Amino acid sequence: MDELMMDLKKKIIEALNLKHLKPEDIGDDQPLFGDGVGLDSIDALELIVLMQHHYNIKLADPEQGPKIFYSVKTMAEYIRSHQKV
Amino acid sequence: MFEQQHAASVDTFLADAYEHLQINYPKFYKMDNLSKAGVLGTEVLLNGRSLKDEYPPSGIAVVLSNASASLDTDLKYEASTRKIASPALFVYTLPNIVMGEICIRQGWKGENGFFVFDKFDPLFMASYVDQVLTEGADACLAGWIEIMGERHNVFLYLVENKNGMNALPHTAAQLTELYQKALWTN
Repeated sequence: MDELMMDLKKKIIEALNLKHLKPEDIGDDQPLFGDGVGLDSIDALELIVLMQHHYNIKLADPEQGPKIFYSVKTMAEYIRSHQKV
Repeated sequence: MFEQQHAASVDTFLADAYEHLQINYPKFYKMDNLSKAGVLGTEVLLNGRSLKDEYPPSGIAVVLSNASASLDTDLKYEASTRKIASPALFVYTLPNIVMGEICIRQGWKGENGFFVFDKFDPLFMASYVDQVLTEGADACLAGWIEIMGERHNVFLYLVENKNGMNALPHTAAQLTELYQKALWTN
């Protein structure tokens, strides 16, 4: 799980051009949107693309987005539970 | 103010200029090159001056022009669609977005106009900006902002309704002279 979260942080920084951040600057439980990392609605779309492109996971229900993309940890948990073996 | 000592790509030039100007604005990294050039060019032009502290934000207009519109980003977006289309690139596939980015950064809320010409048109720009000022704007950022591949040319100027010290007259002839001078300096 730790490895997956580190991998996610690196991919988020790269995909979202967060060049002012390092992986260790993003807390596992830190909210990705709002006052947390400060992502916006376009970033949310990029996160959906990232899940599809790197982890081959398509969001079945967009309504679940806020819950899945709440933090790196919630993203990792979703990937772990939905990734095909 | 900032000169690259070696031949660099536009990407590198803009990133180095951002570092050199010591601007703390992380959103910069997410922008396309047209918006980066507009935001940086405005910072250089204003040199620390905050227009929104001098005028009502709704009185500060932006009128820009170029030849390639957003084609530089359009092509990058088109390339991204061969795999998975990038939403972050898609939002920059209009040339007027650069004005939005400048206005967000500066806190301006006045009229915006973006025009596409073969080349910088001083006669049109002088006339249009005069009209914007006549209709109530206090100040207007204007100019030419062209980014296409490795070709880049940014010429920005500020026109104000009040008479400032050392201010030049806002005429097509004056703009032509300044633009020519800027071309030769670069």
